[in-house]
Amino acid sequence: MTVIHGKSACTGIAFGKIRYFLRNAFQVEKHAVSDPEAEVKRFEAARGQAVAELAMLYAKATKEVGEENSLLFQIHQMMLEDLDYCESVTGIIREEKANAEYAVNETAKRFAEMFSNMDDEYMRGRAADVQDVSRRVLGILTGTTAGGFQSDEPVIIAADDLAPSETVQLDKKKILAFVTAGGSESSHTAILARTMGIPAIIGVGEALNEGWDGREAAVDGSTGEVYLEPDEDTVSRLRLKEKKDQEYRELLEQYRGKETVTRSGQRVLLYANIGSPEDMEAVLANDAEGIGLFRSEFLYLESQDYPTEEEQFQAYKTVAEKMNGKRVVIRTLDIGADKQAAYFHLPKEENPAMGMRAIRLCLTRPEIFHTQLRALYRASAYGKIAILFPMITSVQEVRRIQKAVSEVKEELSRERIPFDPAVELGLMIETPAAAVISDRLAPLVDFFSVGTNDLTQYTLAVDRQNEQAAEFCDKHHEAILRLIEFAAKSAHEAGIWIGICGELGADPELTSTFLKMSIDELSVSPSAILPLRSRICQS
Amino acid sequence: MKTFTYTITDPEGIHARPAGLLVKKAAEFPCSITLKKGEKTADAKRIFAVMSLAAKKGEELTVVCEGDQEEAAAAAMEAFLKENL
Repeated sequence: MTVIHGKSACTGIAFGKIRYFLRNAFQVEKHAVSDPEAEVKRFEAARGQAVAELAMLYAKATKEVGEENSLLFQIHQMMLEDLDYCESVTGIIREEKANAEYAVNETAKRFAEMFSNMDDEYMRGRAADVQDVSRRVLGILTGTTAGGFQSDEPVIIAADDLAPSETVQLDKKKILAFVTAGGSESSHTAILARTMGIPAIIGVGEALNEGWDGREAAVDGSTGEVYLEPDEDTVSRLRLKEKKDQEYRELLEQYRGKETVTRSGQRVLLYANIGSPEDMEAVLANDAEGIGLFRSEFLYLESQDYPTEEEQFQAYKTVAEKMNGKRVVIRTLDIGADKQAAYFHLPKEENPAMGMRAIRLCLTRPEIFHTQLRALYRASAYGKIAILFPMITSVQEVRRIQKAVSEVKEELSRERIPFDPAVELGLMIETPAAAVISDRLAPLVDFFSVGTNDLTQYTLAVDRQNEQAAEFCDKHHEAILRLIEFAAKSAHEAGIWIGICGELGADPELTSTFLKMSIDELSVSPSAILPLRSRICQS
Repeated sequence: MKTFTYTITDPEGIHARPAGLLVKKAAEFPCSITLKKGEKTADAKRIFAVMSLAAKKGEELTVVCEGDQEEAAAAAMEAFLKENL
């Protein structure tokens, strides 16, 4: 048995024979033609056929992986219809009196090189698209069929790399898994494999070669391991894992689209934590009932300067619209000396965890806060937005926030810009101070959200990043649980809801404790939603 | 001739996907539509040219529409950019 390691692109286990994906290597030679116009016509005919094939591929892909993931094939069509591309090919044929194959190959090289020389990594990757569409035209011109494999039974496909068009053309019923030597997790092929749910391992490297063809193998997509001629132990271990995965997935699927309710009828809202609008795909795929924590920092950290009101508005609006009326809790800026963008020019601090961060920064730099609040309120016209303020320690801070909020609301009314006047305002309970005076804070706002990561480090006086002190960081410490319990009691007495958005929210050992405290909402990473729902529904 | 400027707000800039949509939109109009970014110019109806601008977030594009239906084309292009980029 040989074990080869790659990167996981799609989880899942497969057993079977390997088929090495054969691609026609075109040996394109230049030769003189006597009638260039006839050669141009030959190119035009091949190009027309290629465009028609791509249109069919687009239709096939739309059915298999959805429109969003198929647009690439429309772009491929446009590339072949592009005037610059066509003029380059016909120009070479006419000027050099060369054959169409040569002209297409040269044009592909030039355009691929243009992309390869660009600064942007994404754009450099587009060189492969030009090669892919040109290969199709060459295939038609030379009368050779596109690459593929012959097999009567389902097989594991091994290849150097697969172009998206090659992936989509394959007969899915005959594919058990993909293994490629190159590729990245964000490559179209990896995305297509995930969308189709076919186990895929990429980046195996030079170990993969034509010699793999016909060999027996086992593939574990979750670990990125390929076993050539697997021994009996490995096979039985993987079979068991496959069976358990399958049972678990089936179990979880039963909870999709269901409410999160315990056997005794206690309802819990199960929300997702996200860091940017890009996470929305995972949120929707995992059936979140809302967004419990949208960290707005990405807008600031990915930017070279303060993000404008418009940029922020677009990001918040996108998420609010995608959630289609479900609640979206957005946390205002939570950065400080430990996590900052250069343009903030924050002075270095001895102890950033306790320094000028989060709400303290917003209250002392009102222009930053004002811009963010305006963007949030403007976005509130497009969905159900709630605003969460981090690092609260006093009633005084809440008063100052309320003043800033009412200024923004008055401004927008004056400017006749639509917004939701009933946007819920909430406080993070992540300092012991906030938890201890939660009975005073609760009547001032609409909800609480417990940030267990910071609450743990401030309560236990243990730095989360300090590995040496890890043994003193008891995440289930009674002090933390008592603070959460008191905050929950304060919230319910004031008639407001309380959620938990830190790591403890998904901690299976605490689920029943939180249910007893009547915590109304748990916000966890998207992939933790269905497992947590199944646990709550069974308790 | 109708001209306007637009600053890209989409974090990813003009990637393949929006470039494809932009070319489709531009093809709906008979007039010429040119995109300018700094010293580079691109015919908005040609996908390779549009992609080679590599326009990113924060960069300013000048759009020039000239010919038949230039008014309608400028309005449509502006709406398209606001919506998608």
